[in-house]
Amino acid sequence: MNIVTDNKWIGQRTIRPDGVDKVTGRAAFAADTNMPGMIWGKVLRSPHPHARIKGIDTSKAEALPGVKAVVTARDIVDFPLDKSVMLGIQDMRWMCRNVMAREKALFPGHPVAAVAATSEAIAAQACELIEVDYEVLPWSIEIDDALKSDAPILHDFMKFEGKPSNIAGRLEVKKGDITAGFEAAEIVVERSFTTRPVHQGYIEPHACLISVGADNKTTIWSSSQGQFMVRAMTAYLTGIPQSDIRAIPAEIGGGFGGKTIVYLEPLATMLAKKSGRPVKMVMTREEVMRATGPTSGSKSTVKIGAKKDGTIVAAHGIYYLQAGAFPGSPIRGAVGCSFAPYEIPHVLSEGFDVVSNRSKVAAYRAPGAPIGAYAVECVLDELAEALKMDPLELRLKNAAKEGTKAAHGPVYPRIGYIETLEAAKGSDHYKAPLGKLQGRGVASGFWFNAGGESSAQVNITEDGNVVVTTGHPDIGGSRAGIANICAELLGIDYRRVSVLIGDTATIGFSNLTGGSRVLFASSIVATQSVEKVIQTLRERAAKIWEIDPEAVKWDQGAAHPVSPNAGQFPPLTLAELAEKAPSMGGPIGAGVQLNTQGADGGFGTHIADVEVDADLGIVRVIRYTAIQDVGRAIHPAYVEGQLQGGVSQGIGWALNEEYIYNKQGKVDNPGFLDYRMPVCSDLPMIDCIMVEVPNPKHPQGVKGVGEVPLIPVMSAISNAIYNALGKRFYSLPMSPPKVLEVIDAPETRQAAE
Amino acid sequence: MAKVHVTTTINGEPSEFLCEPNDTMLDALRGPLGLTGSKEGCASGDCGACSITVDDNLVCSCLMLAVESEGHQLSTIEGMAKGDRLHPLQQKFLEMAALQCGICTSGMLVASDALLKRNQNPSEEEVRFWLAGNLCRCTGYDKIVRAVMETAADMRATN
Repeated sequence: MNIVTDNKWIGQRTIRPDGVDKVTGRAAFAADTNMPGMIWGKVLRSPHPHARIKGIDTSKAEALPGVKAVVTARDIVDFPLDKSVMLGIQDMRWMCRNVMAREKALFPGHPVAAVAATSEAIAAQACELIEVDYEVLPWSIEIDDALKSDAPILHDFMKFEGKPSNIAGRLEVKKGDITAGFEAAEIVVERSFTTRPVHQGYIEPHACLISVGADNKTTIWSSSQGQFMVRAMTAYLTGIPQSDIRAIPAEIGGGFGGKTIVYLEPLATMLAKKSGRPVKMVMTREEVMRATGPTSGSKSTVKIGAKKDGTIVAAHGIYYLQAGAFPGSPIRGAVGCSFAPYEIPHVLSEGFDVVSNRSKVAAYRAPGAPIGAYAVECVLDELAEALKMDPLELRLKNAAKEGTKAAHGPVYPRIGYIETLEAAKGSDHYKAPLGKLQGRGVASGFWFNAGGESSAQVNITEDGNVVVTTGHPDIGGSRAGIANICAELLGIDYRRVSVLIGDTATIGFSNLTGGSRVLFASSIVATQSVEKVIQTLRERAAKIWEIDPEAVKWDQGAAHPVSPNAGQFPPLTLAELAEKAPSMGGPIGAGVQLNTQGADGGFGTHIADVEVDADLGIVRVIRYTAIQDVGRAIHPAYVEGQLQGGVSQGIGWALNEEYIYNKQGKVDNPGFLDYRMPVCSDLPMIDCIMVEVPNPKHPQGVKGVGEVPLIPVMSAISNAIYNALGKRFYSLPMSPPKVLEVIDAPETRQAAE
Repeated sequence: MAKVHVTTTINGEPSEFLCEPNDTMLDALRGPLGLTGSKEGCASGDCGACSITVDDNLVCSCLMLAVESEGHQLSTIEGMAKGDRLHPLQQKFLEMAALQCGICTSGMLVASDALLKRNQNPSEEEVRFWLAGNLCRCTGYDKIVRAVMETAADMRATN
């Protein structure tokens, strides 16, 4: 749906500023840059899921001709276990141990040493010459195994309820009194669910190129969701001050949360420092799958109680999420988001952060929220069925709205959740007939969204065009959104606005690209910068005309005199004012840096149709509609792109994607052939309905849009499969072997006939 | 081990390079030839980000040895636009927002071009199965499939 507005550029499907570079192969991603004298770094990784490192002998590797440097944990700054040092949500105690194993190797793929040599082949050969003395320890990977009373404990210092434990923490949100709530319920549905770890699946492996001078001046080219995060973490882990590190953001080939922490940069920095040569490191796909990301596997139990008329009176969710080897699973998303679309008087939502011998999880699109919503939205489907209510009606009856107090804290301002439900109910899709072995499911989702630190600089060039620099890597088209907004405000063609992502030396601090915050935050600072520029332009025109600046208005890319001087002077265009700038006060430009506030949560409702292949057990999504309150679609095509991309990731999570472990505790499917993400022939067109309820706290009404589209997908598909087969699934993925097992059960065969 | 000298044609230009006998064509493109538009997402032929054509056949350059290019005609993303004139597929991808991060885009365009050279009137299903070897994690493929089909329609209308 193309939303027509009175704006000239906001709401238009303009060509993205980075587009031509990306369709011609000219865009420089992290692995595309080389330097004179450059050498190659490689990582030696633990083959064991859990082992004490008793010693590392690197002498043979160092003696190999062509080897220029070797680093181990000794070269990385240690953050002692007794004191937490936080950078955002990351604890440097865990980061220093994640980038290079210190006391113990905690998962297969955990780095134990790194080598730089004159070729990749020599670096790889040198890794094999490093002798590591491991004391192999018992390990656990699955949540149930990690929680057994005799489970091997990953971290000796970790205690839960006074006892050594793999539970790193508990988080709850609460409202009312669920005991009283469930007593008042006339119908209660309680179910348990499991999900498997899934990878973010960006196509570009992690890569960096780093040069360090003898004076420690360091230049980093790398692909990440935050050049300032790269700078800060590298500074922490190498001891080089932030002021000496210039982190240059390469184009990023997908992140989805997985590039919000560093893996290679501290190692490459130390290799470059020790060798005196620029060092390039590029992960293989197998390394990406074994040692980066994924998001948590989980087990959850959700209980919801309602009155016979469908009024939900109480809800209780318990979510155990795998953190991987170090604390920090996204329990906040599961706990905070899962019941957030509903007005429920009594809520308790509890999350447990469980460590086990797999790679440390990284953020993945609405971290934790899809796991919580999967359980809640499947239980709501069963509740609707038990109440003989349409599932959208049940949601409408209990939908959160302006004034609802959410269990996680906020009282909602004007939100668009009800509008998404009504749009779903009124859609052609919801009314379309279904065939045999086809089914339809619906589900909703909520994400907090975020604001935070952002910086922008807007400069007018001498020839009267515009360069806008912001500080967030563009992963979803944010440059296109900024170009539309700046062109709109300045009243000029969007093609005259060049939008760049600055490096850490050229633009002020800007926090990570993540949490659906970038367009929200960067358009606030860009808008304020443009407003300052326009103020300067008005003053310049006033000076030329010798009138009061208040008697000058900016319109259609030019200064115009207004009453009492209206019509007295011909307008002065941006180009004319730029030309006169040297004699009228100097260069024209302005920058703004803010900790932006006012990001309101986002809501979406999805409709999924599936068809089950009864012979092969394959579930095919045959029609899909994603409906979302997007605030204001600044660039509708890239908003749709967020919805469509999120949905396709969710379809993968629902139907195919999972980490499979072998008996040795190693991931058995570390590649794109066996870790099967949706390919083009797996998917239908993904229809989008953008509901626009503008965010009143944002100059253009922007709400974050990137996270929400993943949240409802797994439950919408699970509910659709139930509708097709008459059989519910309680674990993901709903892959062919699992589906076949159900189809081949006699009662299912009967129901289908 | 001595390097091998290879003589080939890339994007219509006679080219020569030195490579190790076990280097892939992708290694040679991204290394000595300096053509980094072809991307390495997996090095196992599963993602298609390194797609090129060899004598008009679509291949994953990560699955081809560099020495095998001797005497053949190769085309990469860098040869798709003619000077500053974009290929209709490139233009359509821009207009229809058929890219987000861009890492798969080179391969998608090369593969789509290979399809349209064979079939000027592909059905949605034919586009989807032809592109099934090119992974995209950002777009859900919707806008890519539409862009390929619209380009085909435009090309039919002008022919």
